[in-house]
Amino acid sequence: MSKKKIRIALSGNPNSGKTTIFNALTGARQHIANYPGVTVEKKYGRTNHQGYEIEVVDLPGIYSLTAYSLEEIVARDYLLDEKPDVVVDIVDASNLDRNLYLALQFKELGVPLIIALNMMDVASSRGITIDTELLSHMLNAPVVPMVARTRSGIKALLDKVLEVAEREHEWHPELISYGGDIDQALDEIEEILQRSRFYDEKYAPRWLALKCVEGDDQVLRLMEREPILHDEIEAVCRRVSRHILNTLEEEPEGIIADHRYGYIAGITRKAVKRKIQSRLHLSDRLDKVLTDRILGPIIMLVVLYATYEFIFWASEAPVAWTESFFEWLKEVIFLVLPPGNLRSLLTSGVIDGVGGVLGFVPLIMFMFLAIAVMEDAGYMARVAYMLDRVLRWFGLHGNSVLAFLISGGISGGCAVPGILATRTLRDPKERITTILVVPFMNCGAKLPLFGVLIAAFFSKNEARMLFIFTLLSWAFALFSAKIIRSTVLRGPKTPFVMELPPYRVPTLKGLAIHTWERTWQYIKKAGTVILGFSILLWAVMTFPQLPQEQRDHYRAQRDSLEKAFLSHAQVRGLIHGKKELALLDKRFSSLIQDKGKGKETVQTDHPHSPVPALAEAAFRLKNGGRDLVEGMDPGLIKAAKVYLDYQEAMAQSLAFERRDALLHAFAGRIGKALETITRPLGFDYRVNIALIGGFAAKEIIVSTLGTAYSLGDTDSEEGTSLSDRLRNNPDWNPLKAFTLVIFSMLYVPCFVTLAMIRKEASWKWAGFSVAFNLLIAYTFSLFLYQVGSFLGLGL
Amino acid sequence: MKKIIKMRQMTNYQKGIIRKVTARGEMGRRIREMGLVPDTPIQIQGRAPLYDPVAVKVRDYTLTLRNNEADQILVEVDILDEKQ
Repeated sequence: MSKKKIRIALSGNPNSGKTTIFNALTGARQHIANYPGVTVEKKYGRTNHQGYEIEVVDLPGIYSLTAYSLEEIVARDYLLDEKPDVVVDIVDASNLDRNLYLALQFKELGVPLIIALNMMDVASSRGITIDTELLSHMLNAPVVPMVARTRSGIKALLDKVLEVAEREHEWHPELISYGGDIDQALDEIEEILQRSRFYDEKYAPRWLALKCVEGDDQVLRLMEREPILHDEIEAVCRRVSRHILNTLEEEPEGIIADHRYGYIAGITRKAVKRKIQSRLHLSDRLDKVLTDRILGPIIMLVVLYATYEFIFWASEAPVAWTESFFEWLKEVIFLVLPPGNLRSLLTSGVIDGVGGVLGFVPLIMFMFLAIAVMEDAGYMARVAYMLDRVLRWFGLHGNSVLAFLISGGISGGCAVPGILATRTLRDPKERITTILVVPFMNCGAKLPLFGVLIAAFFSKNEARMLFIFTLLSWAFALFSAKIIRSTVLRGPKTPFVMELPPYRVPTLKGLAIHTWERTWQYIKKAGTVILGFSILLWAVMTFPQLPQEQRDHYRAQRDSLEKAFLSHAQVRGLIHGKKELALLDKRFSSLIQDKGKGKETVQTDHPHSPVPALAEAAFRLKNGGRDLVEGMDPGLIKAAKVYLDYQEAMAQSLAFERRDALLHAFAGRIGKALETITRPLGFDYRVNIALIGGFAAKEIIVSTLGTAYSLGDTDSEEGTSLSDRLRNNPDWNPLKAFTLVIFSMLYVPCFVTLAMIRKEASWKWAGFSVAFNLLIAYTFSLFLYQVGSFLGLGL
Repeated sequence: MKKIIKMRQMTNYQKGIIRKVTARGEMGRRIREMGLVPDTPIQIQGRAPLYDPVAVKVRDYTLTLRNNEADQILVEVDILDEKQ
């Protein structure tokens, strides 16, 4: 026997406990998609009850059924297009009047409605008693009292759903009186509609008439398809509008809203009893402290800073685990596959790409967790409330600040979770603007480059320079937001009519579901794009390869170095053949990696092999010089010295080959070609190549610069030596370094960030982001370098 | 004695009854659908650190509006109340 299927839609005000009820109904069997063409999330899930299969769609939280916000349009279109069997309106019993405003509009639309009267416990703790039977009678809809947090009432709700679904198939629009003038106009329009062939089953004529009088854009556009009809209706609307303006100094929609609330007041006066309470609710008392003029901002700074610290502290270990897992995987591939393009593709393209995706997962998970806690607890709304005055000026929203902080507002952060944090912004323009400017913040990946340049040129004021860079990134982000909001995303400021929901303790289940589903979405959606980008960049940095003769030349060079080392008078007696040399290399590099604690024990053929001792001597010599090797066998010390020279020469050879390969590849050619444009900024092809590499991930700028300036990697701290090399390079000066800092702060989001922008906004905005950031970066760097050179600053 | 003033002019914790909403268009609609309609009692709850927006208690919940939005809501208040 196949199950009978029912489709229900959950609707209700934000903060009415809709998500809690949805989670209680469907458990973990949820799916998220976007409504076609828009970024509003559509959540749906399934549940079974008494042999019925019930599909539950969680509509976005709304206050009204007009067509002003995206959420409202989406919810309304779903109801009208999909005609669900039952609409469950979640109503907050402790805030009944305003919640019933939406319920009343459902009645007018005529949907088969059930009122889920949630938060009965909160209501009664506030001295509010509701006669649910009388309420049900007066609203002409079943009312189910519930406390969703404790699952109380869930079964009763499901029973009622089945009952209503079995019984009702027709929609019954309710008639509400809006006073003589408007009622008359509604009658007239209804009549016009009914005699036209335009009238169809989808919309109730009375409802359409009401929307015409309300001046609903979506419905009026619908009418325009039949010009004669539209003109006739418009005439009626204009007449009633003028009349109301003359007699009551109001607009029709104002009168309609007033009547709805009047109607609600009529119901609640009878069905609701309140004990008069003078004491403030806990939530209000908390607000006295948390939004206090002086304490409020201080607490907010502490909370935001703690959130930021928590996200990066909690994800540190898991990020390190994923990193070392992928390092291990690379080593395995190095062992299994012979050197060549396939190995290079797998390690540098695929694993770096996949690792790039998964490496962010812990970060994103903890970010969503932190945000979910703040949102569910009700604190997010207070942040927006306190910061609105400041951020409004830049065309942003109070909640944008979280995205800024996570992206690197305190120096060190990441734009990838930062962009996801903009989900708390409801207005699309404010949201896209925030998405576009957060990549300017100084994320953790930019810091190594800043560190190298500061160490090389501003070593006297390290902390102060970093602080200046942080301030500059805020300034660039905020003023760019202002520019974007007054040009491409111009538009009226959205009204800031926002609810401060009561503080609540978040439920664990809600947090878990919320965090996981968003993280999973990231893995699924961003993964493919990032992998593709990663492979593309690998190809740009690898092909075309060096001609064979050049590669042979370097290989021959290293072979002869090796031969010379093995036959060296100081070494001959200690190291026998290539096999032992390989062991020595392994031991030495493991010492360097573990800073002297060499975990790797080397198995040698001889029990008294000199390999560990020699490696130890070379390591000490390299790190501490003469003092550390005192007391060691002089012959060993001499051999160690020879070994260190050999190591350096090998690394030098490898570095030169890598540099030549990079210059020969597309990246090098592009870097050269770009010199014409980057010359005025003081950047040569080597900087250009590094910046191209930085598109993959900003950390790569430093390592690519190192390669381009052909540094060996025997130094344990590459940064220091790159700093030295840049400081001693006559081409470099503090002005050039400062320009490079500004340019790399601004120039392009890394491709993982771009993938996020594409996912959260669109390809168009991702493209815009690249062009806009390049423009800003180039303009400012050009100005800085040219004016600086002219004035002779930092040369 | 009663007097009608703009909501922006109300002091913290002052009570009053909305008499008129002059906002039109989208803003008028938003304000009204959140329950700020004539004859509704309200009480100012506080102001953000920079004195804008303002938080107001209405119909059992707290709503925040910017000052320029609060300008478009006329509220009847007790003058005695104001002096206290």
